[in-house]
Amino acid sequence: MNEPAIELRGLRKSYGSIEAVRGIDLRVERGEVFAWLGPNGAGKTTTVEILEGHRSRSGGEVSVLGHDPGRNDRALKERMGIVLQQTGVDQYLTVREVVRMVAGYYPRPRDVTEVLELTGLAGQADRRVKQLSGGQKRRVDLAVALAGDPELLFLDEPTTGFDPSARRQAWETIRGLAELGKTVFLTTHFMDEAQALANRLAIIADGSIVASGSADELIDAGSAVSRIRFRLADGIVLPDRFGARREASACELETDAPTRALHELTKWALDADAELLDLEVSRRSLEDVYLQLTADAGAAAAE
Amino acid sequence: MSGLALAVRQIGYENRAFWRNPPAAFFTFAFPLLFMVIFNVLFGEGAAGFFTPAIIVFSVVTATYTNLAMMVTIARDEGILKRIRGTPLPAWAYLAGRIGHSVAIAFLLVVIVAAFGALVYRVEVPWTAMPAVLLVLVVSAATFSALGLALSGLIPNADASPAVVNATILPVLFISNVFVPMESAPEWLDTASHLLPVHQFADAMMDLYARGADAGLPLMELGVITLWGVIGVLGALRFFSWEPRR
Repeated sequence: MNEPAIELRGLRKSYGSIEAVRGIDLRVERGEVFAWLGPNGAGKTTTVEILEGHRSRSGGEVSVLGHDPGRNDRALKERMGIVLQQTGVDQYLTVREVVRMVAGYYPRPRDVTEVLELTGLAGQADRRVKQLSGGQKRRVDLAVALAGDPELLFLDEPTTGFDPSARRQAWETIRGLAELGKTVFLTTHFMDEAQALANRLAIIADGSIVASGSADELIDAGSAVSRIRFRLADGIVLPDRFGARREASACELETDAPTRALHELTKWALDADAELLDLEVSRRSLEDVYLQLTADAGAAAAE
Repeated sequence: MSGLALAVRQIGYENRAFWRNPPAAFFTFAFPLLFMVIFNVLFGEGAAGFFTPAIIVFSVVTATYTNLAMMVTIARDEGILKRIRGTPLPAWAYLAGRIGHSVAIAFLLVVIVAAFGALVYRVEVPWTAMPAVLLVLVVSAATFSALGLALSGLIPNADASPAVVNATILPVLFISNVFVPMESAPEWLDTASHLLPVHQFADAMMDLYARGADAGLPLMELGVITLWGVIGVLGALRFFSWEPRR
């Protein structure tokens, strides 16, 4: 079965005269963790909701596990799980009851106790949802999405509001799902999350995909891949030829040729008797790429 | 599981959640009885023959129409409906579960009110007309459930739901021979309110309570109520929404 988990061709969505999604092509393979990134209002949520079957499209072809999600097919819903941004479960039922209730909707559900263990809720199983903390409720959302043992999972900002250790735990859970061969479509605002989990990712800005590929591919694409950072004591002026940004004492410059740049920088510093405090050379981060691409798209849209 | 089995199972979960909020459950049942006692005090001896069927009507309307319109709107804005929509549970099975539970509560209320009327006020239960009574109750419960779902689609957000729901039902109850006997009302108002399902429901129950089997089958009343049921179903199909509104 070489059919992709998700395939989009020329997807469009307009609200009146506003084009929220302007012809998107996308392919997500089975067993892949795919990260879907983009600023608010870029058409990101609209696209996901079309995939989930919550929203209709204006044009293009959409295939999710071989089905058209716009047709509200029960057979498709039996094979996917959704974590929405908003918790939507009955507050007066216990965690176990909620998971068992939802599991019953599916033909081949996962064992309820197993789902609770996988999501770290075994200790809260008999507490009412109402009594849980925000982070625990978010885990109930994940548990509910896993209850039917779906092949494809949509996770919409699954770790927003988590403390750092809860986030790491959630990441482990998502990795575990990938190891089981599940396809995960992850929407997130956290670049470290996308980088840690996703095999491939795509960035949407202003209704179009501006980049897609693995995190490494995105970072290595284009210019100015390396970043040099240091601090200078007050009163020392860095010559303009380095093209560095400076905020108070902190300086930062980006370059394709870090060896030469570093050599010139240290030569200048020795001659000027200036100390490059906290000097570091690093690779550009995914966040840098993201900010640059989405800013470019924003500027293009404004023109 | 079949859709029907899922709907029945859904009633079970609704029921569990309902009883876990004891204050809400308590007042659901205490409220109609409280009204019954107050009206009987206000209107004096002999009023119970009127107010027993009247409060039965009030109970059915609040347990279905009011309750569904409010609770479904809240569930919608909490994202519960959207979540359900993303699962294989058929939409109708979910709604059937909610309606089924509301109707069960309504019938429990009818039994309590009828028993209260019989034991406290000596208002005889119309045993001889039981098939007609049950038919009127079933048709009315279905109609007011459908109207409640239709209304929820018109309520912009959960915060507005008590105000909107009460504004649509309380005036109707006042002009439908439920809270106040309509004897002294102007004729035009009486005629107008007979176009609405509450007045017809009340007329049918009162007649069955007063005359028992002699009342026969209230066909005219059932006809008007059913017509409103159709309007409710069409309205629900047209306006009902699964998405939270902001």
